Amino acid sequence: MTTSEYATERETTEGRVFTVTGGDWDTIAAGVDPLSNEKIVVNMGPQHPSTHGVLRLVLELEGETVVECRPVIGYLHTGIEKNLEYRNWTQGVTFVTRMDYLSNMSNEAGYCLAVEKLLGITDQITERATTIRVMFMELQRIASHLVWLATTGMELGAISMMLYGFREREYILDIFEETSGLRMNNAYIRPGGLAQDLPESAVRKIRDFLVYLPKRLKEYEAMLSDQVIWQRRTQGVAVLDVTGCLALGITGPVLRAAGLPWDLRKTMPYCGYDTYEFDVPTATTADVWGRYLVRIAEIRESLKIVEQALDRLRPGPVWIADKKIAWPSQLALGVDGLGNSLEHVAKIMGQSMESLIHHFKLVTEGFRVPPGQVYVAIEHPRGELGVHAVSDGGTHPYRVHYREPSFVNLQAIPAMAEGALLADVIAGGASLDPVMGGCDR
Amino acid sequence: MSISSGTEGGVPTTAPTGAELGAPAQTPPSPDKGMFGVKGTGDVSGFGRLVRPRPAVFDSPRPYGGYFDDVYDALEEAYPAFSEAIEKVVVDRAELTLHIRPEKITEVCQVMRDDESLRFELCSSVDAVDYLGSDERRFHVTYQLTSMTYRRRVRLEVAVPDGVSVPSVTGVYPTADWQEREVYDMFGVVFAGHPNLTRILMPDDWEGHPQRKDYPLGGVPVEYKGAEIPPPDQRRVYQ
Repeated sequence: MTTSEYATERETTEGRVFTVTGGDWDTIAAGVDPLSNEKIVVNMGPQHPSTHGVLRLVLELEGETVVECRPVIGYLHTGIEKNLEYRNWTQGVTFVTRMDYLSNMSNEAGYCLAVEKLLGITDQITERATTIRVMFMELQRIASHLVWLATTGMELGAISMMLYGFREREYILDIFEETSGLRMNNAYIRPGGLAQDLPESAVRKIRDFLVYLPKRLKEYEAMLSDQVIWQRRTQGVAVLDVTGCLALGITGPVLRAAGLPWDLRKTMPYCGYDTYEFDVPTATTADVWGRYLVRIAEIRESLKIVEQALDRLRPGPVWIADKKIAWPSQLALGVDGLGNSLEHVAKIMGQSMESLIHHFKLVTEGFRVPPGQVYVAIEHPRGELGVHAVSDGGTHPYRVHYREPSFVNLQAIPAMAEGALLADVIAGGASLDPVMGGCDR
Repeated sequence: MSISSGTEGGVPTTAPTGAELGAPAQTPPSPDKGMFGVKGTGDVSGFGRLVRPRPAVFDSPRPYGGYFDDVYDALEEAYPAFSEAIEKVVVDRAELTLHIRPEKITEVCQVMRDDESLRFELCSSVDAVDYLGSDERRFHVTYQLTSMTYRRRVRLEVAVPDGVSVPSVTGVYPTADWQEREVYDMFGVVFAGHPNLTRILMPDDWEGHPQRKDYPLGGVPVEYKGAEIPPPDQRRVYQ
């Protein structure tokens, strides 16, 4: 029946197995007798363009209706939490930034806030460092929501949205690159401060972006919101109300789209979010449509926060005054990326032995963190990001656990998918915005 | 490593040891723990030789401060078996930790969720810490509860030795489902009454529980297109 050597079929003890490569659904429909056997088990993923990364869904179908859905995860597990225990506290930043690769800054900020709380230095973080952190976390939220818009657009058939979304995100990555030397995996926010001060050129870029994005956003809204296909694919699809969200631990835009204005930036403020003026957008439809509206509105709110942060930015240090914690090297951004500043190298190598010892000890051994445990939660683009950090008094973390919103939110897929149509599994899954790097860690 | 064995006239007749493994050379016994032969604190500078034992956690005295007293009193009033369920109360870094007897955790969670003056509707996180060597009951499972009504957070902690199960709280907080599976996967703590306690992040046929402190980093050979590289802790050690 099938001619392609990749799209084969074979008989097993469990029934006939088809390998599907796309566009050949007719083959399967013809291969199964619809009168005697209507049940099909579809293995969607782990490499499927619509499963948002390496997520695997085992779907039991009756006709086109999903009877049972079983998510299988772990394909991207890299043991980051285990690795952290073998590195010092500062090095940990370079690991956690790689967890959820669409919101590096939020991962770093959560980790650093936890380490700072363990050290008891939360109040000593400089004003400028906190303001830049807030600004970058919000830029990261915008970037993440843009990618959500892009990928969800693609999955629901609006391919042009994918190109636009990724194009706009690139502006934000440019800002990150201008500041930290890297587009992604920045390791920019460090325990005690920031790796590098915000250069004037980046400030100009952010100002330009604040003018640029709102115009574009209007276009995208006009393109999607008024479009019948988009409305039909999202309205009334994958409904999950507040009760369901709380039982399953779902937070973030999905919970707010169900009507509960729970946003940790407002309800349990950190980094001085209570001093910024912004609203928490909500919707009442609790479906994919509501989640779309909430995310678009959140981009606008984040732009407001970025603007306020820019306005209150004053010159000053970005590292904590305590020299036992502040990174000694004063990194400088060169043409080839972030590195040691030449002045600093000249000083430690040529002039001050004590500086060299201090630098060497802090960089190789790191600082000690008093024993104890903390749980710090921040509002990540996808929901509550919790960092449970435990110290035994040494220079390395004893244990760091990430309560990843992608991981917890993915539990909602069966609740959304079962009883719905196969096509709505894609829309529902996409509306949760899972990032498998964060989910599997 | 004896190169001389099987040597005739200076020409080795047998392949050197390690050749069949694809390893650079036969390796000395792996260090007790850590990569690169690190012992003790893992302090690579060599300056701080001090190995600090983890200090015992003591009861915090009352008043605990903030809303902690309210939570404690409300739980005491709402839960009849309070005195036998609570092992100790710790307030540290402005966070309240209630140490609960393992067999009581489900009941305590139920009260914490349902009582009007507690209302911890959301179970934010379930995870575990392995205190190997400093506590006989090595696995501490922690539950981070959030009250959205009162905007409070509380941590519940239960401690069990290896091989003793903890009652599952999935009946109270369905969100604990995957998180308990992760704890089982990573630490081997069994949650009694969990509907589907299988591995979640590691492959189904994996042996061992990677987040345990006595499980080495690395530990498995890396396979790449037929060649096999030994795990990091068994590679050549420079010391």
